[in-house]
Amino acid sequence: MTRARRFVAEWAPAVLILVLGLVGWELAVKTFGIQKFLLPKPSEIATAFWDERSILWPAGWYTFTEAFWGFVVGVFFGIAAALVLARFRPLGSALMPYFVAASAIPIIAFAPIGNAWFGIEKGSKIFIAALLCFFPVLVNTLRGLTSVRPQQVELMRSYAAGNAAVFRRVRIPTSLPYVFTALKVASVLAMIGAIVGEYFGGSQQQLGIQIKNSAALFQFETAWAAILVACILGIAFYLAVALAEIATMRRYPSAERARR
Amino acid sequence: MTAAAVSIRNVTKTFGKGGTTALKNIELEFQPGEFISLIGPSGCGKSTLLRVIGDLIEPTEGEAVIGGKTAHQARLDRDYGMVFQEATLMDWRTVEKNVSLPLEMMGWDRGARRDRVRELLELVELTGFEGHHPWQLSGGMQQRVAIARALTFNPSLILMDEPFGALDEMTRDRLNLELLRIWEATKATVVFVTHSIAEAVFLSSRVVVMSARPGRVQKIVDVDLAYPRTNDTREETRFFELATEVRELLRESHEAREGA
Amino acid sequence: MAVNLLKRVGIFVAVLVGLCAFYMGYRQLYLSTGWTRPFKVDEYAMPRLQDIVSRLWEPAATDQPVLVQVLVQKALFTAREAAAGFVIGAIVGIAIGIVFHFSNLMRRGFQPYVVGSPILAIAPMVVIWLGGQGLPVWMPVAVISAFLTFFPVAINTLRGLDSADPRKLELMRSYAASEWSTLWRVKFPCALPYLFSAFKVAATASVVGAIIGELPSSIQDGLGGAILNFAQYYSLDPSALWATNIIAAALGILFFVIVAIVERLVVRRAPEHVA
Repeated sequence: MTRARRFVAEWAPAVLILVLGLVGWELAVKTFGIQKFLLPKPSEIATAFWDERSILWPAGWYTFTEAFWGFVVGVFFGIAAALVLARFRPLGSALMPYFVAASAIPIIAFAPIGNAWFGIEKGSKIFIAALLCFFPVLVNTLRGLTSVRPQQVELMRSYAAGNAAVFRRVRIPTSLPYVFTALKVASVLAMIGAIVGEYFGGSQQQLGIQIKNSAALFQFETAWAAILVACILGIAFYLAVALAEIATMRRYPSAERARR
Repeated sequence: MTAAAVSIRNVTKTFGKGGTTALKNIELEFQPGEFISLIGPSGCGKSTLLRVIGDLIEPTEGEAVIGGKTAHQARLDRDYGMVFQEATLMDWRTVEKNVSLPLEMMGWDRGARRDRVRELLELVELTGFEGHHPWQLSGGMQQRVAIARALTFNPSLILMDEPFGALDEMTRDRLNLELLRIWEATKATVVFVTHSIAEAVFLSSRVVVMSARPGRVQKIVDVDLAYPRTNDTREETRFFELATEVRELLRESHEAREGA
Repeated sequence: MAVNLLKRVGIFVAVLVGLCAFYMGYRQLYLSTGWTRPFKVDEYAMPRLQDIVSRLWEPAATDQPVLVQVLVQKALFTAREAAAGFVIGAIVGIAIGIVFHFSNLMRRGFQPYVVGSPILAIAPMVVIWLGGQGLPVWMPVAVISAFLTFFPVAINTLRGLDSADPRKLELMRSYAASEWSTLWRVKFPCALPYLFSAFKVAATASVVGAIIGELPSSIQDGLGGAILNFAQYYSLDPSALWATNIIAAALGILFFVIVAIVERLVVRRAPEHVA
């Protein structure tokens, strides 16, 4: 089978399910006479998506920028911390269980404090998104940096390679798959963090507030339309990271190894 | 006349449509109680042939007949025991529970299972290790557990796929002697795949030398060394002659391939 | 062995002390210098550590029991929602994972949609909607937790079942073992590490889901409600919110630790095996 045919065969069932799901949804609402304020039809959501676009799309973009900058900040500090801890191995392994436990904290609960610190505009959501991204990136990057096989380092040493060379030629390629796994997770978390953070307080120009307000007013088709915007942006963000991964990994084919 | 223990009739195996031919027109007969080794270069199909006998692979043409039954029926009736190169022990079970696995599946009650396991572990000289876990045992001991497991139903046929391949030579020699002792005690027919010329000659009553791509029977060497064999057997002149004969057969087929 | 334990305790104490020192140091530094980046620090932004701790032993509000008691009660309420959701989500997740394992078609059709986290964004909406159906107040929240648990568990069950060593599967075939027997004796034990990996993620997610789910409705009995409440009065009583967050953090960690302990007990295997 050619690659194109295989691709279609792989994705056809999912697309079919999507189509069937939407059609079924539409028909179910109509036949069972479910009221609009409980569960709107996909067609109504689509209409709202278009009608309210002057509000929803800018709001979506605003929230996306919160997520994006939170992502950048969180990833930056996460990787930086991982690099430091990889250098001081005993510190890193001693603290690792604590970082793992820290990811178990409901960070989103700190949203109101973020509001107190940064106000309800962008800043507080960037803060939350960054906090959410920090730990997964730290844990995964550290795992990647420390998962290098000793034989490879030994090999480099036999070429009289210094620490910097070992780092560049062995540690970075080895940790790349782990880092990208973390980045993909972080992209999703950042988006969620921004939106849910807004539920704790924000302004009209934020998508989460649009969702919250429309739901509170039982205008569910607008709320779902806003969620649709969020999904589209979230998926786009994830795909962007996935594409970056493909582009980068092409330079390091040997690193395409044991992924967890 | 008793039925042949194993009868391989015109077996051909091709993988995939128009793919590699692993075996071509194999005709073999093993009598009950024989010890047969299959030896040949990589890719000669010896492991494939073993799996055809065990009904784990279906031949494209031809059939394997085990003691008058089809290979499929023999498998369903659990007429044979199999030992793989990796001990294939379940990490999460103790030695005792690993050996009792087939018995559990046959619904034996706990008391009967325990007794049988004890017998078997005595046979392979691992009494006292019932409560150990696989990772606590050396490679040689793990293989002995695998052998014990293969003997649970007193099979008349034992299939072994390079069981000692991953072990060091001294352990290997010791296990060769053990295997012969077990074979004499159980009077089973053994079909043994190996890469080692010395091992094949030391253990077997006949050595089937196979050639590669496509796998064919090149020649069957009768090993006329007396049983029971000991470490001294390895130093006999006849042993050396037989090993040389096998080696030259292998070299012939190798050179034939290279030439073609 | 005892030395190991002592070291572990020592590290724990050191981390705790380190965090407190960091907090107090940061606070002190910013108070004395008056820097405003990244944010301005005063007694409202960062209450004194002693105040936060002592606040726990003051009444939650006038004529109410002590804050720590109130918070623990609310935490239990939230915990029950999260636990109920976790159990349901886990059972359904494992079932779906098994279905995906055996049916390639189902897997290709439904797997792309099995992505958990975004559920959190629609949580308040689902809770409003289900709440309006006349269900007991905690149920919609448990549903959210169930969803957040279901997704990682389903995915990891599938991965775990697929990860079984082909040689072991061959062995089972040589015993003419049934599919069920192979599933139970080989594939499932192989999947356990993956399962517990998912359980750890789900433990946290179900707590987060429960808290978020409590936000929109007038559910006052849980931590979500407490957070919203104290957030409203933050300018008057900042310590209360911080104290609440500490309790919420403790709840999240507790769920995680419970799963980790169960994992230690259930998954007894070679020390090098980590999923």
